[in-house]
Amino acid sequence: MRFLHLIWCNLKRKKLRTSLTILSILVAFILYGYLSAIRAALVGGISLEGANRLMVRHKVSLILSLPQRYQERMLRNPGVALATHQTWFGGIYQDPKNFFMQTPVVPEEFLDMFPEFLLPPDQKAAWLKTRTGAIVGRKTAERYHFKIGDKIPIQSPIWAKSDGNHTWEFDVVGIFDGKNKNTDTTSLFFRYDYFDEARQMNKGQVGWYTIRVRDPEKAALLARQIDDEFQNSSAETKTETEAAVAQGFAKQIGDIVLITASILGAVFFTILLVTGNTMSQAVRERTGELGVLKAIGFTNLQVLGLVLAESCLISLLGGGLGLALAWALIAKGDPTGNLLPLFHFPASDLRLGLIGVVVLGVFTGIFPAVQAMRLRVADALRRM
Amino acid sequence: MSGPINWLSQIASVTRFGLMGIPQRRGSAAAAVFGIAGVVTVLVGVLSMGAGFKSTLSASGAPDAAIILRSGADAEMSSGLDRESVRIIADAPGLARNADGAICSAELFVIIDLPKRATGTDANVPLRGVERQARYVRDQFKIIQGRAFEPGNNEIMVGAGALRQFAGLDVGKTLRVGRADWLVAGAFTAGGGAAESEVWADASVLQQAYERGDTFQSVYAKLASPAAFDKFKDTLTTDPRLSVKVSRQTDYFADQSTLITKLITTLGYLIAGLMAVGAVFGALNTMYSSVSTRTREIATLRALGFGRAAVIASVMLESLVLALAGGALGAALAYAVFNGHQTSTMNWQSFSQVTFAFQVTPHLLASGILWATLIGMVGGLFPALRAARLPIATALREL
Amino acid sequence: MSSTNNILVDVDGVEKVFHRGSEDIHVLRDLHLKVPAGEFLALMGPSGSGKSTLLNLIGGLDRPTNGTVTIGGERTDQLTDARLAAWRARHIGFVFQLYNLMPVLTAERNVELPLLLTHLSRAERKRHVETALAVVGLSHRARHFPRTLSGGEQQRVGIARAIVTDPTLLLCDEPTGDLDRKAGDEILDLLHGLNREHGKTIIMVTHDPHASARASRTVYLNKGQLTNAPVQ
Repeated sequence: MRFLHLIWCNLKRKKLRTSLTILSILVAFILYGYLSAIRAALVGGISLEGANRLMVRHKVSLILSLPQRYQERMLRNPGVALATHQTWFGGIYQDPKNFFMQTPVVPEEFLDMFPEFLLPPDQKAAWLKTRTGAIVGRKTAERYHFKIGDKIPIQSPIWAKSDGNHTWEFDVVGIFDGKNKNTDTTSLFFRYDYFDEARQMNKGQVGWYTIRVRDPEKAALLARQIDDEFQNSSAETKTETEAAVAQGFAKQIGDIVLITASILGAVFFTILLVTGNTMSQAVRERTGELGVLKAIGFTNLQVLGLVLAESCLISLLGGGLGLALAWALIAKGDPTGNLLPLFHFPASDLRLGLIGVVVLGVFTGIFPAVQAMRLRVADALRRM
Repeated sequence: MSGPINWLSQIASVTRFGLMGIPQRRGSAAAAVFGIAGVVTVLVGVLSMGAGFKSTLSASGAPDAAIILRSGADAEMSSGLDRESVRIIADAPGLARNADGAICSAELFVIIDLPKRATGTDANVPLRGVERQARYVRDQFKIIQGRAFEPGNNEIMVGAGALRQFAGLDVGKTLRVGRADWLVAGAFTAGGGAAESEVWADASVLQQAYERGDTFQSVYAKLASPAAFDKFKDTLTTDPRLSVKVSRQTDYFADQSTLITKLITTLGYLIAGLMAVGAVFGALNTMYSSVSTRTREIATLRALGFGRAAVIASVMLESLVLALAGGALGAALAYAVFNGHQTSTMNWQSFSQVTFAFQVTPHLLASGILWATLIGMVGGLFPALRAARLPIATALREL
Repeated sequence: MSSTNNILVDVDGVEKVFHRGSEDIHVLRDLHLKVPAGEFLALMGPSGSGKSTLLNLIGGLDRPTNGTVTIGGERTDQLTDARLAAWRARHIGFVFQLYNLMPVLTAERNVELPLLLTHLSRAERKRHVETALAVVGLSHRARHFPRTLSGGEQQRVGIARAIVTDPTLLLCDEPTGDLDRKAGDEILDLLHGLNREHGKTIIMVTHDPHASARASRTVYLNKGQLTNAPVQ
């Protein structure tokens, strides 16, 4: 645009002030990025693959188990495409601080149910051949330098082996990656048959089931049907969609969304105030020059446009750089050192941020721009 | 007038001129004050969450109280003790005693789903089976409503925090969990500790209801004195019949909160740190523009004989005044909004809810003011130096 | 628009009143002025006599309280703000006492400003700017910022800016007011040349009789009314 040079030169007028303003906006958008990532990490990944899955657990309490024979009863329901189970193992690798989840699973069903875990076919074959075999997620493997062929000892306070020993040893036969950015690759999965045979207590009992629904539209109906099926059995069930489970979990932590939104609100209100004030000052200093532009023949609307373009350019520079920096910094990983395994900058929030940049530019400029528009030429020239 | 007094009166005059001019620069001044207030409010607010959580957990244990778990277990959830072990523990030396015998309670712990009053969504609430001495192990236990549960009956008593946060626990009502009905006999407080987030029942009744046989998960014991701990611990850990881990309750609860406190603190400082950096830029902006609008005035003062140091000091003082105003505003706001705000959250280590109140401690308020001061100083320093270095003649000519 | 015997500027019965608080200040009263095309008119008078106000009315920077202003056959007092701006861009070039250049732009960019309002391409704009700067003799200083130019040079840039769109009318408000004798003479020579050789109609407000001597006609403004003789 032909006016770009003029706008740009106006910004260079007070380089220090413009730079500081751009820097404040930049910092605000880095903060926005981090808050989005924190929110996403705590609220959890609601994945595309999870859209057609349900979770079935004991109705009374999370810590009670369900019989393994429930599986075939579930499969009898035509709405159920696939069912598999997992159990809480609660093991410790060396130090309780090294927390990552380990669960016994039925390998083929499990990999079918959770296609977001990517395992090369040769490693899958090795797992099926090795009873004590386990697959580890890339993140945990990198953290503790696990390699295929390693033997990992895990202490389980809850589960004792039939020989009374609480130490379980697993052979690493595979390392899996996540299909999406928000797929959790911190867990370890081992074979249920090994687990059930070796454990002392609770044989034949599992922690929870995951079901794939044939028709996602009928998910809620299927959930009710499943709960009805087991209503008068020894263990009653509670069936929910994966999304509902994630949200429920997040709600337990607290209203994260509210907290992050409030902080962002406070930050942006402040930025608006500070930047808007800077823009107003800049316009006030240039009253004479704006008068000259009008004398030359710039219309009121054109003058308004010039001021608005300046504020938008500042916002674009600060916000654009801020979002880019946030992206880069967040990609470096979790600032809390592993407490938040799913730490990333969601694309939807990035898009929202870009919209925010434009909105900020308009809002900080509109008031001074209108003032500039309303300047009466003769007065402005006299004030010069 | 002698040197230092002269100097001080110079600073006072220049500062007074500066402060008097603030109403004209009220846009920038307001921006700086509110910017800093925002930073302080957020910092204090977020950290008061951590402080409140921590204080709840530390109020939960006394130095003369111990908790015994199975060795290797880092939380009650993953611990298991049989009747025999519990009996041996109750006989150990060093335990405080009352008319009913050793003050110790073997306990077990399940998680039930109850809706949070605030959101209506489900939360994991701890349901603890306790023995008769449980109330004496925990200091400051007090029944505030109704009565204790009758041992042997399907009755429960609820902690004050749980009663506040979760629905269905009103005294006198019946709570249905699974296929069992429990009568809410009464409510209790326990000096603000974690017990207040819990629901208690008779251990043997709970064992039956959850098919636990005759096993427990922990033993809470009160020692005759804090010094008795070491002997007590040694006796138990060297006993070949037992495989236990003995800790002071204060240590145990502190441990339980490390993860979440670390999470809140790290995130809190990250967020507030970023905000502070932004506030510094904002403060610099404000002060630079304040100095530039007063260029001629400052040069005039210097031409009249006011020293450079006086100018530097006065610009910094002005910045500090604005920053402190912002800091005070932010601190007051944080206190008003956050202090005492009741909430509950999930403790990942125990997988159940802990109810607590945000605590805006004097330490936090002081930190907030300190941050504001630092921001004010950094924001004022460079503009101050610039103001002092302006060549007087040029500045006087500046329009 | 340019016909030698045509009246280019026709100010008829114009009155301008300013309101200061509760007071009404009559700056111009029942003013009549006809300026033929091609004239170099000097407008003189003591300070406060309303010279600048009259210039602003002619230039479309302000509207009369009463009366009409017709320039090149067009009733400018009746144009809307937006159309007036467009009209100004096309027909008027302003030269100010304090040059009023934008300090953040180079000389050539300052001259280019009025052209940004046209549909000319970048190359065409560049040509016009070069021509204008050549006319005022400042081609060698095109890339300089105003702060590195002398007063006289800055005013020449101001004149270049005023003529770059080839306007009908040049309005100069005390163009030599801030310059020394030598620099002032150069400016007057320039204006004189623009009038004689390029046929530009110029209305110049001045309080300096030396400057007005270069004009083809001088009128005097006193207490809001025009006379043909200086005030005593």
